[in-house]
Amino acid sequence: MDWAQLWEIVSLPDNIPIVALVVLVPFYTWYGLRQARATDRLIGELEASPELAKTHHRKIHPFKPGWARELQVWPYLLRVEFLAAVVVTLVLMVWSITLDAPLEEPANPNHTMNPSKAPWYFVGLQEMLVYFDPWFAGVVLPTLIIVGLMVFPYIDTNPLGIGYYTIRQRAVALWGYGVGFFLWLVLIFIGTFVRGPGWMWFWPGQTWDHTRVIYEVNRNLSDIVGITNPWLAAIVGIIAVGVFYAGTGWGIHKLVTRTPLDRKIFERTNLLQYLTFQFFAITILVALPAKMLLRLLFRIQYVLVTPWFNI
Amino acid sequence: MEPDNKQEKSGGSAIIDRARGEIKELTEDLKKPQETQLWKSVFRVKHERTDPRTRALGVLSNVFLHLHPARINRDAVRYSFTWGMGGITFYLFLVLTFTGVLLMFYYHPTKIQAFRDILFLEHDVPFGKLLRNMHRWAAHLMIITVWLHMFRVVLTGSYKKPREFNWCVGVILLVFTLLLSFTGYLLPDDQLGFWAVTVGTNMARATPLLGHEGPFGVELGMTAFNDVRFALLGGSIVDANALLRAYIWHCIAIPLIVSVFLGVHFWRVRKDGGISGPAPVMLESEIKPVRSLR
Repeated sequence: MDWAQLWEIVSLPDNIPIVALVVLVPFYTWYGLRQARATDRLIGELEASPELAKTHHRKIHPFKPGWARELQVWPYLLRVEFLAAVVVTLVLMVWSITLDAPLEEPANPNHTMNPSKAPWYFVGLQEMLVYFDPWFAGVVLPTLIIVGLMVFPYIDTNPLGIGYYTIRQRAVALWGYGVGFFLWLVLIFIGTFVRGPGWMWFWPGQTWDHTRVIYEVNRNLSDIVGITNPWLAAIVGIIAVGVFYAGTGWGIHKLVTRTPLDRKIFERTNLLQYLTFQFFAITILVALPAKMLLRLLFRIQYVLVTPWFNI
Repeated sequence: MEPDNKQEKSGGSAIIDRARGEIKELTEDLKKPQETQLWKSVFRVKHERTDPRTRALGVLSNVFLHLHPARINRDAVRYSFTWGMGGITFYLFLVLTFTGVLLMFYYHPTKIQAFRDILFLEHDVPFGKLLRNMHRWAAHLMIITVWLHMFRVVLTGSYKKPREFNWCVGVILLVFTLLLSFTGYLLPDDQLGFWAVTVGTNMARATPLLGHEGPFGVELGMTAFNDVRFALLGGSIVDANALLRAYIWHCIAIPLIVSVFLGVHFWRVRKDGGISGPAPVMLESEIKPVRSLR
C-alpha cells in the first residue's frame, strides 16, 4: 500500500472538490431521504385513514390552526439568504488562504503530460473514452446526457410527488436519476483516483509506475465468435446490440410496472414518452455500465463493428 | 424682541445668524438621517416599521430584492427543504464575476504575456494570489452546488408540471457553468490547462459529420482546417488564437449568455408560483383521470 501515492492524488488542490463530493453527496442524499421517509410514513397514515386525510395539513412540518401559512420574505427569508452568503464567503476565504490554485510549467506542446487529465468535472467523459470511440464518448454521449436531462420532466408522467420529498410515490424517477448521478460520480472517481500514467488502471494506493507496460489484447465481439467477414461481423454486432436493447427494455418494463401505482403511471404515458424513456434508460443507465464491464472484465473493445464506425 | 434691533444689525451678522440656523437644522437632520430629502429619494420604505405592508413594500420596491415575492410558504424558508443550493450558486456567480473582473485588470490573453501575468499576479499584485485562489475555488464550488441543486430539485419532484421548461433552462445553465469553468482552465497558459484543453478539443475532431475524424466527416469534406475543432480553436492547434477565443468566451460571451438564462430561470420560478414546496402531499387515491387524447 503506497500511502504517499494516494495522498499525492487526494491532496492535489484540484482534486479537493472530489474529496468534498465524497462527503457532500452522501450527506445530502441522507438529508433528503430522511425527509422522504418521514413523508412516506405520513402518506401511509393518511392513506390508512381517510378521516385524517381530510383534516391533516399534510406536511411533515409542524402546523397548528391559527398559524400564518405564509411568512414575510423580509426578514424571514432574507436573513437566511444573508447568512448563507456569509457562510459561503467564509468557507471560500479559508479555502483560498489555505490552498493555492495549481500552476504548472508554461504550456509546452512538445512535452506531453502523463497522465494528462481533464478538469475533474470532465474526467468522467475522459474515462468514457476508454470504453468508446471519441465520436461516441466525447460527442454523442454527452449530447445524449444533456438531452436526456432535458426530456426528463416530459417523460415523467407521475402526477404525484410535486414539491415534497418522497420515495414511495416516485421510486422509478428517483432510481433513474440516482443511478445516472451515481454513474457519473463513479466515472469521475475512477478517472481521478484509479487512472495513472498511460491512463492505465492503478488501484488506489498502488504506486504509479511510469514504465509499466500491459500486454492486453482487446478483442471485438466478432473475433471471439470467430467471424472474419466484415459484413457478417457487422450483422452479428447489430443483432447483439438489438438483442441487448430488447432484453434490457423488457427488464426495465418489468421494473417500471411492478406496483399498482407504477402501472397507473404507465397507463398515463403515451408511446412517444415511453419509447424516449426506454431509449435513454437503456443507453445511458444500462448500456454504458454494461460496456464498461465488458471492457474491464472481458477485454472486449467493440460490440458493433462497421466499415464507418464502431461501438 | 423688538423689530428695530433686528433692522439695526448689519448685513453680515444677519447672514451668519441664518447660516447658524441652517447648520443647526443640518445637525438635527444628521440625528435623523431618515427624515432627509436625500434619504427619502433613495429609500422609499421605512424599515423601522414592522407592519406587513411596509415589510412587503421593502421587498417589492427594491430592485435587488424584487426577485422575491413579498410572502412565501412558511416552510419554504427551512434549509432542510431547499438546501439553499440555487441561491448559493447565484451568489458564487456574483463572487466569480467580481473576482473575475479584478483578475482581468492583470491579464493579457496573449501567448507571451498570459503565463507571466499569472506569475506577476501570484508574487507581486497585493492579494493577487488570494484573488486567483478565490476565483478558482469558487468556480469548483459552483459546479458542486449546481449538481446538488439539481439533485434536490429531482428529490422533491420540482421539475414537474408546470416547471418542466424551467428545468430545461436549468440544464442549459448547467452546461454553460461547465463550459465557463472549462474555458477558464486554458487562460493561465500552463501545462495543466494546455493539455486539458488539447484532450478536450481533440474529441471535437471526432464529431460525427462535423469533425474530420468523425463518422462521415471526410465524406462531407471535413479537414483539420475547416471542421468544428478548427472553429473552436481558431486554428488547427491550441495556440494564440485558441487562447484569445477561450478568453473572450470565458469573460464576455458565456457570462452574457448565462446572465440572460439566469434572468429567465429566476423569472420563471416566480411565474410558476415560487419554489415548489414544501407542498401538502397528494395521495394515490386522489389522482385525477387523465384527459384522453384518443
